[in-house]
Amino acid sequence: MKTGSVTIIGAGPAGLAAAAAAAPYATVTLLDENPGPGGQIWRAGAGTTTAAAELWEPARQAGAQWLGGCRVVAADAHALLLENATGAQRLPWEKLVLAPGARERFLPFPGWTLPGVLGAGGLQALVKNGLDIRGQRVMVAGSGPLLLAAAAFLRSQGAIIAGITEQATRRQLAGLAWASLVSPEKRKQASGLFRQLRGVPYLTHCWVEAAEVQESSHKNSGWLAAVRLRRGNRRWREPCDWLASGFGLAPNIELARLLGCALAPAAEGRPSSIAVDDFQLASQSNIWCAGEITGIGGLELSLLEGRIAGLAAAGQTALARRWLKARDRQRHFARALARAARLDAELRRLPGDETVICRCEDVPLGRLREYHSWREARLLGRCGMGACQGRICSDITGWLWNWQYDTTRPPVTPARISTLALMAANAEKASSSEFIL
Amino acid sequence: MASSNRTFDLAVIGCGIVGAACARAGTRAGLRTIIVEGSLAGGGATAAGMGHIVVMDGSEAQLALTLYSRRLWQQLIPELPEAAEYRSCGTLWIAEHEAELELARRKQAKLAGQGVACEILDARQLMEAEPCLRPGLAGALRVPDDGVLYPPIAAQWLWQQAQNAGAVMRSGAIVTRIQEQAIHVAGGDRIQAGAIIVAAGSQGAELIPEIPLRPRKGHLLITDRYPGFLRHQVVELGYLQRAHAGTESSVSFNLQPRATGQVLIGSSRQYSHDRAVEPDVLSRMLARAQSYVPRLGDLRGLRAWTGFRAATPDDLPCIGPLPNRPHIFAALGHEGLGITTSLGTAELLLAQMLGAEAPIPAGPFQPARFFIETSPAGHA
Repeated sequence: MKTGSVTIIGAGPAGLAAAAAAAPYATVTLLDENPGPGGQIWRAGAGTTTAAAELWEPARQAGAQWLGGCRVVAADAHALLLENATGAQRLPWEKLVLAPGARERFLPFPGWTLPGVLGAGGLQALVKNGLDIRGQRVMVAGSGPLLLAAAAFLRSQGAIIAGITEQATRRQLAGLAWASLVSPEKRKQASGLFRQLRGVPYLTHCWVEAAEVQESSHKNSGWLAAVRLRRGNRRWREPCDWLASGFGLAPNIELARLLGCALAPAAEGRPSSIAVDDFQLASQSNIWCAGEITGIGGLELSLLEGRIAGLAAAGQTALARRWLKARDRQRHFARALARAARLDAELRRLPGDETVICRCEDVPLGRLREYHSWREARLLGRCGMGACQGRICSDITGWLWNWQYDTTRPPVTPARISTLALMAANAEKASSSEFIL
Repeated sequence: MASSNRTFDLAVIGCGIVGAACARAGTRAGLRTIIVEGSLAGGGATAAGMGHIVVMDGSEAQLALTLYSRRLWQQLIPELPEAAEYRSCGTLWIAEHEAELELARRKQAKLAGQGVACEILDARQLMEAEPCLRPGLAGALRVPDDGVLYPPIAAQWLWQQAQNAGAVMRSGAIVTRIQEQAIHVAGGDRIQAGAIIVAAGSQGAELIPEIPLRPRKGHLLITDRYPGFLRHQVVELGYLQRAHAGTESSVSFNLQPRATGQVLIGSSRQYSHDRAVEPDVLSRMLARAQSYVPRLGDLRGLRAWTGFRAATPDDLPCIGPLPNRPHIFAALGHEGLGITTSLGTAELLLAQMLGAEAPIPAGPFQPARFFIETSPAGHA
């Protein structure tokens, strides 16, 4: 018999694993802003990938409900405020599993806002949604294993990978190789990726110093023309059509913060994450967190955390306990990975005074130098006041100057006024069309 | 710090827009001026508010102060930096039905009597002036010379004017106590000054407990950019009544077009110390705004926040010397009108301080009205 209901936010690996684990024991609702399950990693354009389906099918057959294409705009201790393309509703919750994943981390360098420069994940998503990349020269630059995955995928879609630059040193990566000994599946993945990338230059301790723009006479005027690379004392220019840039991921913590969940102790140079106990329980009762939100850890860790969170939320602590050891092993690996991918302090020197830091409001670095805190930069310089509400630039200013940014105000994401008017429990419903589960 | 060894003619506590205006007025009068700020200049109520420059007629005194202040702003506008985002958008006081339109006519007569340009719009003229409003409204009173600006930058500019004229800032200094002609700062420091202006907003109550200030919380929400959606500041005519109806929370309809194309949505009032955005109040405020502007529902809201207005029991600010300590002056209790009345406050205060003729009657603003008379026997 099923006892209680579990609402899971985010249908990436962690959320899907939580749904599959909880569905036999509880009434499960899984929601995501994308139309189908899979999240960023198992994004399949219109359909559902096999990996996502393997987790979702059993959950669905056990009665789990799917609520796609809708975003959580605000939340309190009793209900979530949801918005989809046409309407909004308040959805009461008993137990919550938060698995909202992560966003790409961007670090600024001259030209990082040019058309043609994208996040490594962003370019993958564009290609999955139909962008034709065949025959296009793509430079992949930044840090971390996601670069390899992005490069392999783009190559499989016909892109010419001009090179992969990794800012970490060979020595740091050797540490990573050691750490991967704890995880045979990681070792297998890595060697698989390198096999797919045979012939592609892979340069360690190397980064993009600047992206250059096509001149006005060129047919692609205004678009990315080339990147200027640096490796030690060597500097050179590499023409390319696209730059897929990635410096790892930053957890999506906003909703958890709004619900009062405490942050994990800060780790130097790493974006904030949410603190959880052995069973993925956050500091607020009845809220479990799984996947990247607890600290960037990748697919295997997300699956284990999701499974544990789903079981724990469904009251199956004894079952959840079986997975703790495996999860801890993955966490150990994730921590080693984070250490290996530590960003070189030299990267902080790349942006110039003209380099835009806040893209929404066009605020260049030079203007930010006048200010002493995130709040001052916001109030007097409009930094972080635009549509993304500082999600990208606050991470940059945190990295550059250790400015602290923490907001727990609704809405967690821009939302229609008609939706926000439904925030109160007793809101008059006449103003907005409801959508039905 | 060097500043603490010097003696000043004037020390201003608080670098919000009111304090910055007072410091500027002080330096213009030739006073050696220091401003003491505990946190971020312009980061209190100045940063949280809407930023309107308006004429308000809640009382004769309020009308005199806002009208005088608006005139001062209009003189400054050519000098303000573009980042202060001043826009002369005018205010539309919306009359929902015929009875309210009658109120609008009376308001029009009263304002016109004071020389304020304003006109009555009928239903059709209102729809032409502001097409986003719902049909069926009775009309409006249009006050064309009202405007909006971005307060943190305006406050910073006022402060820079003072600084250019020689004023100094002591930042990060928490004032623990004030005496006649001396300010005590956390850490044991003392700042000497011939006169002290307390312009510390809601926190002023800690320094002058005789003035019964209460924080009146407000909610605001700002949208993404929709240039041209809204042309005027629009306010429901019942605003003053609703806003000051009593002690429970109230919401009223008030929208502003910002220079960025964003729409700023207000407003709410409740006595509270809790900084959190309250879903219940925010919902009601937005529902009320939507009832006047239906298409507002489709705009995307980016951010909601709260702030605290320093309110007095009679809804008038305190602008003048303390009766028991004549070298200490209050510039407190501006409620929701601190941006508008900052300039007028500064001039009125300096006139009293220097014994000059007051630009408007200072009587209604005297802090003395809140001081309970004690037996004079014990005092010299």
